[in-house]
Order: sequence, then structure tokens, then C-alpha cells
Amino acid sequence: MFLIYCPYCEELREEPEFHAKGQAHIARPQDPEACSDEEWGDYLFFRDNPRGIHHELWVHAIGCRKFFNITRNTVSYEILETYKMGEQPTITAESLSRDDKTADGVQVADGGQQTVGASDSAVNFVRGAKV
Amino acid sequence: MTRNAQQSNRLTQGGRIDRSRPLSFTFNGQTYQGHAGDTLASALLANGVDVVNRSFKYSLPRGIVAAGAEEPNAVVQLGASEASQVPNVRATQQALYEGLVARSTNGWPSVQRDLMGVVGKLGGKLMPPGFYYKTFMAPASLWMTYEKYIRKSAGLGRSSTESDPDIYDHQHRHCDVLVIGAGPAGLVAALAASRSGARVILCDEQEEPGGSLLASRELVDDEPAEKWLSAVMAELSELANVTVLPRTTANGYHDHNFVTLHERRTDHLGGTAPRVDGLRQSRGRMHHVRAGRVILATGAHERPLVYAANDVPGNLLAGAVSTYIRRYGVMPGQKLVLSTSNDHAYRAALDWAEQGKGAGREVVAIVDARANPQGDLVAQVRRLGIRVITGSAVIEAKGTNRVTAARVAKIDLEGFRVTGPVEELSCDTIASSGGYSPVIHLASHTGARPNWNDRILGFVPSLVKGVSAAGGASGTYPLPEVLAEGREAGLQAASSCGFEAANIELPQVDALSEGEACALYQVPHEKTALRAPKQFVDLQNDVTAAGIEIATREGFESIEHVKRYTAMGFGTDQGKLGNINGMAIAARCLKRTIPEVGTTVFRPNYTPVTFGAIAGRHCKALFDPERYTALHHWHVERGAEFEVVGQWMRPWYYPLQRSGGGERESMSEAVARECRAVREKVGILDATTLGKIDIQGADAREFLARIYTNKWEKLAVGKCRYGLMCKDDGMVTDDGVTACLAENHFVMTTTTGGAAAILEWLELWHQTEWPELDVSFTSVTDHWATMTITGPESRRLLAEICDIDLDRDSFKFMDWREGRVADVPARVFRISFTGELTYEINVQAHFAMHVWKTLFSHGEKYGLTPYGTETMHVLRAEKGFIIVGQDTDGSVTPEDLGMQWCVGYDKPFPWIGKRALTRSDTRRENRKQLVGLKPKDPAVVLQEGAQIVFDPKAPIPMPMVGHVTSSYYSPILEAGFALAVVKGGQKRMGETVYLPMADGTTHEAEIVGPIFVDPKGERQNV
Amino acid sequence: MSNPSSVNLFDSRADLAKAESPLAFSKSRGDLPAVSRDSRVVVRERPFLGHLILRGGAIVLDEAVREELGINLPGRPQGLTLDASGERSIQWLSPDEWLLVVPGGEEFNLERRLRQQLADASFAIVNVSGGQTLLELEGDAVRELLLKSVVYDVHPVHFPVGKGVTTVFAKTSAIVRRPNERCWQLVVRRSFADYCLRWLLDAGEEYAIGVELGDESRGAMP
Repeated sequence: MFLIYCPYCEELREEPEFHAKGQAHIARPQDPEACSDEEWGDYLFFRDNPRGIHHELWVHAIGCRKFFNITRNTVSYEILETYKMGEQPTITAESLSRDDKTADGVQVADGGQQTVGASDSAVNFVRGAKV
Repeated sequence: MTRNAQQSNRLTQGGRIDRSRPLSFTFNGQTYQGHAGDTLASALLANGVDVVNRSFKYSLPRGIVAAGAEEPNAVVQLGASEASQVPNVRATQQALYEGLVARSTNGWPSVQRDLMGVVGKLGGKLMPPGFYYKTFMAPASLWMTYEKYIRKSAGLGRSSTESDPDIYDHQHRHCDVLVIGAGPAGLVAALAASRSGARVILCDEQEEPGGSLLASRELVDDEPAEKWLSAVMAELSELANVTVLPRTTANGYHDHNFVTLHERRTDHLGGTAPRVDGLRQSRGRMHHVRAGRVILATGAHERPLVYAANDVPGNLLAGAVSTYIRRYGVMPGQKLVLSTSNDHAYRAALDWAEQGKGAGREVVAIVDARANPQGDLVAQVRRLGIRVITGSAVIEAKGTNRVTAARVAKIDLEGFRVTGPVEELSCDTIASSGGYSPVIHLASHTGARPNWNDRILGFVPSLVKGVSAAGGASGTYPLPEVLAEGREAGLQAASSCGFEAANIELPQVDALSEGEACALYQVPHEKTALRAPKQFVDLQNDVTAAGIEIATREGFESIEHVKRYTAMGFGTDQGKLGNINGMAIAARCLKRTIPEVGTTVFRPNYTPVTFGAIAGRHCKALFDPERYTALHHWHVERGAEFEVVGQWMRPWYYPLQRSGGGERESMSEAVARECRAVREKVGILDATTLGKIDIQGADAREFLARIYTNKWEKLAVGKCRYGLMCKDDGMVTDDGVTACLAENHFVMTTTTGGAAAILEWLELWHQTEWPELDVSFTSVTDHWATMTITGPESRRLLAEICDIDLDRDSFKFMDWREGRVADVPARVFRISFTGELTYEINVQAHFAMHVWKTLFSHGEKYGLTPYGTETMHVLRAEKGFIIVGQDTDGSVTPEDLGMQWCVGYDKPFPWIGKRALTRSDTRRENRKQLVGLKPKDPAVVLQEGAQIVFDPKAPIPMPMVGHVTSSYYSPILEAGFALAVVKGGQKRMGETVYLPMADGTTHEAEIVGPIFVDPKGERQNV
Repeated sequence: MSNPSSVNLFDSRADLAKAESPLAFSKSRGDLPAVSRDSRVVVRERPFLGHLILRGGAIVLDEAVREELGINLPGRPQGLTLDASGERSIQWLSPDEWLLVVPGGEEFNLERRLRQQLADASFAIVNVSGGQTLLELEGDAVRELLLKSVVYDVHPVHFPVGKGVTTVFAKTSAIVRRPNERCWQLVVRRSFADYCLRWLLDAGEEYAIGVELGDESRGAMP
């Protein structure tokens, strides 16, 4: 069971207070009519399923009722960062592969996706992700 | 020393038992005596009970091997009454209490003279590893049949057939530092962390804290270790920031330092939880702990050596022998042979020799696999004149129901063979030690793979963040080092939680020098493993060295495959004793090293947990919340039958008592009466459960236009409108009426079951896509009670108690007005879900009962009749009104429902669902469309969910073209009728479809429009 | 919200003689344990209070609330502020949402005055008085009782007086708050009130929990 830092409540809270809502940063196309059926189908139905860093949308359903984003490692289940709607992640698969190739505890595959664990340096500047 | 008459193996002094409190207990029908402080196992050993069980597969007699959670054999069925039965209890973990009743889990009719035993011994050769897979694999359909008999003969314990008289509960706990295990490492860690100011939870699975100190030979500060232990426990219990949980097993280690602790609160007191001051208390408690840091101080399990017939009762772990002698004052035999690969195990021989002196007990010999053992303990043994046979091992135990002798021989460790002549030593007890395995189960629950350590010849845990291991759990065994490691772990954990590390002085402990251990797992025999008597690796699952050898020979090279093929480490055992030995054997057979072979993963739970503790109080009346409306009491008194809708208890129908005191009306009679009352007079429904969302803001109207399919820009204040909501895939997800309360103020109603999800849906779009819109949503479902009066007499009834002008031209259909009903402020909506003249009265819920009763006090003369959800369903279906979730299933568009009138294709904003309605799939001809079905036989009520075909003569599988979504008997039509979805149905009016049923009959029905009553909709406008 | 007439301001409160509390049905069953000398937890309902949900920006709302109630709007998460009498409180629920609880009957005038104060600002006020009720828990075993009931950490270090949270309560949700050293409060939804009370009574059995039936809470139906 996860322990999740709500960026609005500014506290670590227990997972039963939250609902997971799938992949984050899926913007609705501004002009849906301009989308082909295939583009619209991609928007509706297709999602990433990475091994490693994943950005997810969650809602603090039994709490402040605010939606926010989580950067989570799908292998270790470590939450590296949580951030408000409208903000961008500071930790991504790309940033880790760029910055942390040599850091302890991190094995970054050539493809840029983190495979095992997460670096201490990555965790240190994560707001509240006390794990 | 003399023997206790009844307890032949009880020493006259020593141990931590209370000799002034004798307790009697029953095992397999025989009554015995023990003492307070005994476990069931120590009491059985005290009474000389050798055979406690029959083995799982071969039905061989088995005795007690260990003294703790790792016990594989003494697994018993507990309980004096049927209701208090508990299966799978380890006798080594069960405290003795007066009147305890236990039975062997396996071995009917008796463990001494077992019928299966004969079969087992013969069958042994007939049951190679993989026996079940090979024998019962095909045909797969018969497995269910086999399984019943296999389980019965295996005897895995049974649960009670009666309701558990006890209760169990949960607690949610939070701490800075959770210390698991109150042995020397854990105690110091807890002390260090708590003195630094951290909130600490210290749990220990045993009857009393102390771990190895409870049977320790070491002096701590020049006193017996127990004295230091009491002082530490006294300090910990004084500290406000420490919670000590005795008899509490950490069973599962989950994500982000979430650990489940199972506390057995009263298992040591009796078969059921006693009351305290007349008040019920829980028998077991599950603590859901969220810890900042976790310290694993779980110690180590001793490994037995794998030699022939090592399962005969009287074969024990060396450490268990010490524990029984020192902690329980029980000497489990007369003549001991110790077989060891290390110094540590010499303690067993020293304890045996010292405590058994003068009681006719002797240490026959110590058989050490090492050529030249040296060390303080070895020297002590030699000083006592005990024979030490070096470079050798016990290669076989003799005996059937008890060891009678040990066969000892020189062995070649490297060459894995017996090199010298065999000497047979007469004895009744063989203690063995092949070294120690850190208890890494919890660490591996987190998914971390353990690492092999050559120095300690065991796996040590690899640790995820926020957890450390100290003492035996990390492979550190000498007491001074264990204490130092505990202190370090405690201080580090506290400081990483933000506390300043306190000063902790460790007690003085003299370090013993110990010689290096040798690697010995399976002991060679003169015969090959396949021909020698069985060398057991996993006693609980009856896995032998030969079995593992066969598995590797048959090509199972991965240890995970070997595990599944042989069942090693399965079930409640989880490989506590056998896993490392099994891996070592697999490694030898595969000519690999142990780290190359690797280990299997341990799973929760560490030891069995009763289901009651998992469920806690979420059972029976508290299993699921029941939501009540403000009128619930009235419904109950009126004798309503209830239906659960999204946790709400809704009146389903109100059966009347028949005149003359007969039975109550049947459901169909009640529903028919209620339907007629609405169509002919006036009915009343408690509609409080519909979701209600207050929407305010300058952009409220714009938001509605984006989220609903239909138009909202022209809805005037004082008006209501039906709205249809889609997801962005164009599929209908909710519907309901929204009223415009003021220019920037609306109240939306949702389906009863969808209320919470729709509120979250609105928030999702507002927060993630359109934060610029000035709008906010607040649930007012509970604030308002809603009473629907409907039927031709509803206006006259309402007029009697309402100050609103109800004239049909001033208060029109789809209008709402505010005023007072029964002198209570109310908003009244003229909307209809029945097709009749309807008023929905909304009042603050506190006042609903008053209004409802006032309506009834005026309603009798109009025939006011309460109706429930069943009648509501019939009436709405007669009108072709859909219920989202019943007539739709997430694959139905507004057009499929024939509700194009409710879609604003030309609205300026691309509203949710619009784009998808022009996808090729949603434009496709032949989609399933909502229609009415009229059964050819009016007496037939079609089954909801029944499949529809066009051609009943088509070969099976027939092409299925749709299904019935709603079906009822209409007392108005005096016929059955249904709503259904049928491929291309809207263009098939008048055609006949067929519904083949499971019983072979086929119903015929005609496709008609979905509106069966008042198709022009005149009645609601009267 | 541009002007006060753009919303429907509606006083839904009637004469209390016509009212039933959300726990009326629970009380009517007649099996509520009474308070005894041994009771280590006492539970009492504070029914018919005025509950208002306040939505909008903190800065704007703070001024209006201070003007009308003389107390600060808690700007920090989980904040709970009370007036000097302890009868009026305002609690942070979310960065743009607060719960005002005032003596029953004050809520409508308060809403009207706040709307006048806030005038053209962007805000919303919703009266939810009928939809929830407030339970007070008092006694030395309250914290243990809460350990059995909520997933949130209720240790005094983590949950000091002046804090309030929305969290999971048994299988539903509740607002948990600590207005003072004396008691804890639960704000529960009306339809779940009976479930919550039954949960508390069950969990509190070992602490000899008792229910204090106040004068203002009316019991069974006539």
C-alpha cells in the first residue's frame, strides 16, 4: 500500500484516500474535429505501459478532492515525485538517464528507462517522497 | 535431579515456567499436565510425547523438531468446541492454558497407529516428486474430482463449521521506527531509537520478548542475560513514545514501509477470548503499520543437517534442545548425539551435560564434520570429558517412532562421500546443526533478492530503502556484535527520521572465540540418495534430497521450477528450515554454486493468519456501510422490503398484510397494486438517493454545455432540463435532470449509483482541462431529501399543504418553484419519471419526515400509496425511460438509444463525446439499438439478459443480435413487456425475434417502439 | 460570481420542532449504550448546527470571514480555527474549500452577509446543514478508538489541537478534527451517520463507550 505525498495537502497520506486515474499529461486535442478517427482513437484508448518511470494522474478522493500527478517507478513502486496539475515533472526517464548514469543504486538501461531502484540523489530532491 | 512423576522429561528446576501453576491439557484425547509458561510443544516433550503428527505425503510418524515459528511437524488443530476450531497452529508457538485441547492435523485414526502409514511407506516409492502433476495432469477436467480426495487424505487442518464466537479487529498505526523482533539486536535498536526521541513500535512473535537471550549462556554485565532483559523491558514500557506488542508477528512487508502485524491478544488465555470486566475484547488484532524506518531484527533459523531418516521423532535442532532445557526446564530425551558443522551448536551438548547430570542423562558424543574444531565452546566440552568425533557426521538415524541409535561415519566434504567405517551409537536424541539462515522472509516480501554470504554460509537480505537489518537477521551472530549492530541500526533509523542520536552504552558481554564453520547441508550416505533411507529436506511437504536430485535430472534447473516440481517451501512452512538445504542440494546436482542457483522468494504471510484477523470488524452488520435516507425509519415501520443500490437501502416494494391476518402480499401483487395506484390515483417515492450536485459560478452554464450532450444556453431560471452525459468515447455514462436555480446556479441530479463518480468526473474536467472556468461543484445529496408524488391526484394532494401556485399554466411541466410544503421551505420540481403528473419535493433532510408524514395525513382520501424501486422501474420502462447502467452498459451511444433529440450537434464547444459520435464505429449501421419487445404470449415475462436471435433454426452457435435489458409484467397492459438492444433494431419495427432459453424453449417477441404507455406524453402535462 | 442575485439564496431551515437528526433512526432502536462510570469514551451528537461550504480564493475569503466572524481563515492545509466561544469554526478542506460550522440558525444570515461582503469576487457558498452531523468524542480511550477507525495518524505529535482532516473512516469517509484538548470531533454525512455510530459503538465496546443523548436531539418518531 502506497504512501503518497499530496501536493495540495502538503502531507504524506495513505493510499486508500486516493484513486488512480491512469496516465498523466494526456491533453484533450484542442480541435477534436480536426483529428482523424485514428488520432482520436489514440487519444481515447492508447496508453503507455513503461517498465520504469511512469507519470500518473491521481486524485485525493477522500481528502482535498484535487487531481495531481505522480512520477512512479513501475518496477520498485517508488514514488519519485508528486506535482500539481499544470506543472511538469522534474524527474523523467530522460532526466535520469542523462544525469544519474553513475549514481549509486541506479541501473539505467541504454534505452533510457530505469530498470532497478532509484538513485538517492533523485530521491533527495523529491518533495515528501519519504520512502 | 529427580523426575517429575507425570512429566518424565521435566527437570526439577530451571526454566522460565511457573511451577506453582500446573495446567492440564488434552492432546489427541489424552490428558497431560504442564505449567504456566510452557508452550504446547514444551509440555508435550515434558510428557515424553514423541509422535505428534503424521507426515503430509508419506504419513510417517513425526516429532517436534524446533522451538519456534520454523517448526515443520508439530502443526496441530486447536479447539475444545466446534466453534473455536483453529487449524495450522504450531505447537511451538502456542502457549499452554488450562483446558487446552489439540489434535494432530494429519493421521486419522491415530498418529500412533496410522492406516495411511502403511500405504505411505509402500507408496513412498510409488510417489516420486511431481507425482501429483504426472498422475493427475490429464484429463484436466477430472482434477476437481481428484483434488477433493487428495486434500482429504493430506489433512491440511480444517476450519470450524460454526460461526466464530470471537471478534477480531484492526488498528492503523504510524511510527518513526518499527523494530521487528525483540531479541538482543531488536531490544537495543528500540532502546536507541526511542531514547533519541523517535516513535517506536517493537513487536515480537513469542510469548515473551528476549529472543535468544531467553536461553542464552552468556553473561551480560556479569549477570544472567535475563536480568538485563528485564531492565530493558522495564525502561521500554515506561517510555511514552514506545509501543511494545508481544505475541505479535510481522506477517507481511508491503510497499513504502507498510507492515501488517498480527497480534494474538488472547490465544494464551484460552480457546475463546475471555471478557474483561464483562466487556468483549478482540481475540486477534491486525495492526496496519506505516513506519518511517523498519529494522529487521528477526534473528536466524538454525538449519538441520540432511541425513538419512532425519525425520524420525527424536531428531531435533541443536538450538531447540538448548531452548527446551534452558527456557522450559525440559530435557527431550536421555542420550544425546550432536551432529554439527559449527561451534555454536556445542551449547546444546553443554546444556544437556550440565542440566542432565545426575538425572541419568548423558551426551553420548559430539560428531563434528570439521577435522579440527577449536574454540572456547569446544574446549569447554572437552573439559567435561565429552567424546568429540571429528571429520564425521551422523549419516543415518535408526528407529521408527523414536530414535534408537545414530550411525556415525567419517565423511569427505569435498568428495561428498563416506570415507570411514560406520559406528552405531545408541541414543534416543540426535541434535543437528548445519549452521544458521538469517530470517530474510520479510525483506524478500518487498521484492528484494537476497545475497549469498560465504562467510556465514547463508543468504543475507538485500534491502530496499528505509529498512535495515541487525543481528542474526543480517548474519551477525556473536552477542557483542549483535548488540552493537542493534544500537547502530536504532540510532541511524532515528536520525534519518530527523532525531538527534542519543548516547547508548552497551552492556558488557564477554566475546567467545568460535572456530570457523564448514559448509555441510546434505550428509553423504554409504548408499546413493536414491537408495539410502529418505533424507528429508522439507519435513512439512515431505520433500527429500532424492526428490530434488530427480527434479534436476529431469531438467528442472531453475530453483523456482524445482520448488514447484517438488513442493519445497510451499504452504504454511514457506521454506523456513529446508530452503537453503534444498538449494544446496540442487546446486551440488547441477554442479553450480548456491548463489548461482539462487533462492526462491518468500511470500506473505510469514506464519498463518486467521481469516478473522484479516476481516477485522468489517463483517456481518458492519460488512458494508448501509446508507439510510431521512425517511428510513418510516419505510421500516411500513414493512418495506429493501434493495441495496450503491450502498443505499432503498424500499423495493411495500407488501401489505392481507385482511384477515393472512400472509403478506407477494412482490408481484404489491408491485401491481403500487403501479395501479400511480397510474390511477397518486403514489409517493423516496427519491432522496439520487445524486445532487450544487453547481455555482459565472461559467456554470458553459460547463454544463461541455459536459452534457444537449444544449443549456437557453435554459431559463425556474426551468429544468433532462441531460445526457457521455464519456469522450461517445458512450452514455449518466443522465438526470438539472435545474437552473439562478443565472449562475444550477443543481444537477445524477443516478443513485453514479453520484460519487460523476462528481469526480466533473472535477476531473474542471481541474485538468478547463481550470479557467469559474465554476465549483458541491455534493448536496445528503442535504436534500426528495419525495416524489406522482399520479393524477398529485396536484390536489400537494395543494392542500403547499403555498405554491400549482396551476398548470403557472407551474408547468419542467418548471421548478420554491415555497413551503407542510410549513417547511421546499424546492418543488415538476418533472416526471413515471409519465404521470409529478411533483418532486426537496426539503432539507432534517425536516423530511415531518413533510412525508404530513403528506400521508392528507393523502388517504386520494389513495396515496408509497411505492418502491420495483414499481418505479416498471412505470419508467412502460414509458421507455432508460436507466443508465441497466439499459446501457458503456457501449451505447445516445443515437443507439434513439435519443438524438438530446444531442446538440451544433453547439459551439466540442463537448465531451461529440467527436466520437462521428467515428466510423459509432456511425456504423447495425449497431445494437434500443427497442421495445412485445412477447407474442402476453403471459411471458422475458428474462433480463436473455440473448436475441433472428433465426431460431440457425445452427448453434446461433448469431446473437442483442439482449433484453429490462423486462417486467405491466399491470396496466396486463402483459409482459421489455426493453432490449437489437442490431439495427430501430429499422426493424414489427419484425419477430426469438429468445432461445437454457431449458430448450424459445420465446417469440415483436420489435416495437420503446414507449408502451401514453406515447404522446399527455398524462404528465395534465 | 458577478452579483448576489446570480445565485439562488434559499433558507431551507424550518422550525426545529419539525426536525429529526441524522441519528434519529439509530436512537429509535433503543439499544445505544448509556454513559457509565467505566466509560472511557463518551460520544454525543451535536445535531442541527449550521454547516456551510465556502469555495474561492483564500485572500478574498479571509477578509470576509474575519469581518463576519472575527476569526482568520486557516490558510495552511489541515488548519482549523475557532472563535473565542468555540461555537464557530472554520476548517481548511482544500486549497479553495473551507467548512464553516456555526450554531444552528445562524447559517442563512451568515451566508447572506458573506455574499454581500464578497460581492463581485469569484466564490461559492453552499449550505450543507441538512447533509451532515457532528459527533463529539471524549475520554481517555478516544485515540485508541480512532486507531481502529481511521487510516490517518492521530498521534498528538502529528494531530495537535487546531487540526482537521478528511480521511477514510471504516469503509466510508469522515472529517476528523481536534477543536480543543477536551474532545475530538467527527463530521459525518447524514446517510452514513448510522453506520459510523454503529462502527464507533462496536469498536468502543472494550472501552465501555456510552452515548450521551443531548436535549436538542430528538429521539424516536411519535
